[in-house]
Order: sequence, then C-alpha cells, then structure tokens
Amino acid sequence: MYRFRMPSLGADMEAGTLVEWLKHPGDPVHRGDIVAVVETDKGAIEVEIFVDGTMGRQLVPLDSKVPVGTPLAEIEGAEEEKEAKAPAPAAAVPAPATPSPKPAAAPASVQGLRASPAARKLAAQKDVDLAALKGTGPGGTIVLHDVERAAAGAKLPHRGLDLEKMRAAIAAAMARSKREIPHYYLATDIDLSAALAWLEKTNAARTPEQRLLPAVMTLKSVALAAKKYPAFNGFYDPAKGFAPAKAVHIGNAVAIRGGGLVSPAIHDCDRLTLDQLMEKLRDLVARAREGRLRSSEMSDATVTVSSLGERGVESLYGIIYPPQVAIVGFGTVTRRPIAVDEKLEIRSVVTATLAADHRVSDGHLGARFLKHMAALLQEPEKL
Amino acid sequence: MNKDEIRSVVVKELGKIAPETDATSIDPDADLREELDIDSLDFLNFLTALHKRTGVNVPEPDYRKLLTLNGAIAYLADKLK
Repeated sequence: MYRFRMPSLGADMEAGTLVEWLKHPGDPVHRGDIVAVVETDKGAIEVEIFVDGTMGRQLVPLDSKVPVGTPLAEIEGAEEEKEAKAPAPAAAVPAPATPSPKPAAAPASVQGLRASPAARKLAAQKDVDLAALKGTGPGGTIVLHDVERAAAGAKLPHRGLDLEKMRAAIAAAMARSKREIPHYYLATDIDLSAALAWLEKTNAARTPEQRLLPAVMTLKSVALAAKKYPAFNGFYDPAKGFAPAKAVHIGNAVAIRGGGLVSPAIHDCDRLTLDQLMEKLRDLVARAREGRLRSSEMSDATVTVSSLGERGVESLYGIIYPPQVAIVGFGTVTRRPIAVDEKLEIRSVVTATLAADHRVSDGHLGARFLKHMAALLQEPEKL
Repeated sequence: MNKDEIRSVVVKELGKIAPETDATSIDPDADLREELDIDSLDFLNFLTALHKRTGVNVPEPDYRKLLTLNGAIAYLADKLK
C-alpha cells in the first residue's frame, strides 16, 4: 500500500490545505496524473502522483491544513517505499500563487461556476457572491484563497499570482542561500557565432511557430554539461551532504510581469531535442506567467539557468536556489572584437557565468564545466 | 484587411502578451520591447499570433521592422496589399 502524502513545494513550506480531489476512490491513477489541488502560502498547486495504482481511502477531509509528509490517501496496488518518501528536495523558488491547467476531472460546479468545496463553504458563511469572483484555481476554479480575499475586500491577485507572497518566498530562499551556501563564481566568454549562424539557417525555412530561440541551445548546453559533471547537478543536505541527481531537470528562471521570479523545471532537459525543448519552454513560460504550474515543476529542478541577456546586462552572477548547488547565468549576446587565428574578428559573444557551492565542488571543476558548455555550443548541430 | 483592422489585430495580440498594460495607449513609435517589457519569446509569440491571424510569415531578418506599433502595422499593411 502506497500512501500519497502532502508534498513540499518549497524549502519553506511546512503545511498545506487540501482543497480538491481530482481522483476519487476506485479511480485508476498513473504516474504523472494530477490527483489533488493543495493550497499553500504561495497559492494553489496541482499535485501529481508518481506511482501507478488505484485511488483508495482518502485519509484527510477537504479543507484540512496538514503538515508536509502527512498521508492524504491510500493508493492500492502500489508499493510504499521503505522510508516514507521525504518530499522532493524543493527548489526554494517561489511557487506562483496559482491556477493550474484544466484538470482531467473538472472540479464540482455550482450553477455553472467552478468552485472548491472550501471556497463554497466560506462564501456561504461570509455572504460572498461566487459569481462575482474570478477564480485563480485550476481551470479558473474559485478556490478558498479567492473567497478569503473577496471577503477581506482585497483586490484579486494579478492573474492568479500573488506577487507579495512571491517576493517573501524569494527573500526567504535567497537569504537562506546567502547565509548557508559558500558560493564561488566563474565567468567565461563564449563565441556564439557558429550557434547563431546555424540557428539563422534553421529558422529561415520555418514559420514563427516552428522557430527556435538561442535560449534552447544554451539550456541544452548546460544540461549536457550538468550530465557530464554531476557535482553541479543535485542537492545538498547539511546533514547528509551532497546527492547528485539521477536526471537533469533544468530550472529555467522566468521573470514575472510586475516583479517576481519563478524557476520551474524542464524535465530531462539533456534528453530533449532542440525542437522539444523549444516546445517545453514556450509552454512552461506561458504557464509560469499565468500561475499555472505543477507540483513536479515546482520541486524537481536540479540546477538553474538564468538569462538576463534581453535586458542588456553583460553578465549576471546568480544566487543558488537551495538545496541545489549551482546556477548558470547568461548575459547579452554582443558583437565583440576577438582574436581568431591571429586576426581580429567581430564575433557574437555571450558571457556565461557559474555560481556553485564550494561545499560540493571547486573552481577547477567549475572551469571544466563552463569549458565543456562552450565547446558544445561550437557544434550546434550536435546539440 | 485595412489599416484599422490591422491595428486592431496588432493591439489585441500585444494585449494578450502584456495583459497588464493598455496596448491601446502605447506610444506608436516606441520600441515595443521596452514599452511593454517583452522578451524574445514574447516577441516570437506575437509573430506566431500575427501569422495565424493574417497569414503573414515574418522572416527573422524583418523582425526589426516590427519593433514599433506603427512599424508592425505598416509592415503588415504592405504584405497584405
């Protein structure tokens, strides 16, 4: 018997409120299915399951706030892990306060309105008109948080994102990182001329919807380098030390309009083709900005990439998202004079940086990591 | 499609990309990237939407011609003649 538990969706999350079941007793569940919606301080997040089986007894009533790790339901036909699975090491990146994509099973509706049971109950108690609210839950579902805000006379969060809470989460994670992680920083200039020429040629024959952005090449180069150098891809636990991750899930920093930042994971980035990566990137950025991310995207990133090139900065030195151990930064691609075969040439160059955890790796290895990335970007057709 | 219709399509699509801004009140000659704080992915999504709505496939070398509202309208008007 496997027990489905309240997940941790951030290093600072201690408890969450179960607001919806999207699978019911007797329903088959499969790895990756979204089975519940949990409200956290950072908003509502769709929670996925990672076993195959059948939904059994549901152990926690709706609207209950329970600590991380609390069993929420029994899953029949699936094995419990020996040690109660600790919540995945969570990227301390702020979870968006969030609606999520329309769930497979639509939440209960009342007179055409989608609202969670908790939201309906509170609305009745507080005499809040549900029809007047805009839901920020999955598929526009009105969740508890929406009713609380309406009852308090507060303005609804911008597109489902509570930027104040997000700022608080960023503050907590970054302060912890600066306090605990002995960062070291490296930088290197990478000639992107070959990569951009290849991209221009590739995109020329494509319509806008099929085109690639330079970001997919840099993301892929980081993923492949992280695979080759596992000391930059994993999690550090002060009690247990460093554990390299088995897969490469790149946390891609996405700026939120109006302020804020979230770094959802692109899973198995090293194994995606550039076209697949572009499709993922489009989808992920759109959902991140709308506050529609999934629990695995909030918790799985093994290394982070941040690009500020669009805003004209030459380089950026990132702050590691604990418990990760590295963050790679990219600045603006600029035309710079560089020496090539004893001649001065104007080339497209980007400054790439690595901030890494000195408890896990040293500058020597970091330099090799960056050098490998640079080499990969000289042969874009092989990415 | 006349110029007013093209303007309407462009403004609507920009509004989808930067929903918190009032795309009808932006300076028509200002750089959209700065005016609406859009990045290259937003811009590509904008061109993707224009392609779907108007059939105009903007090649990469022409991107710079669509960096302002007036520029985008003039470019599309020319292609849709």
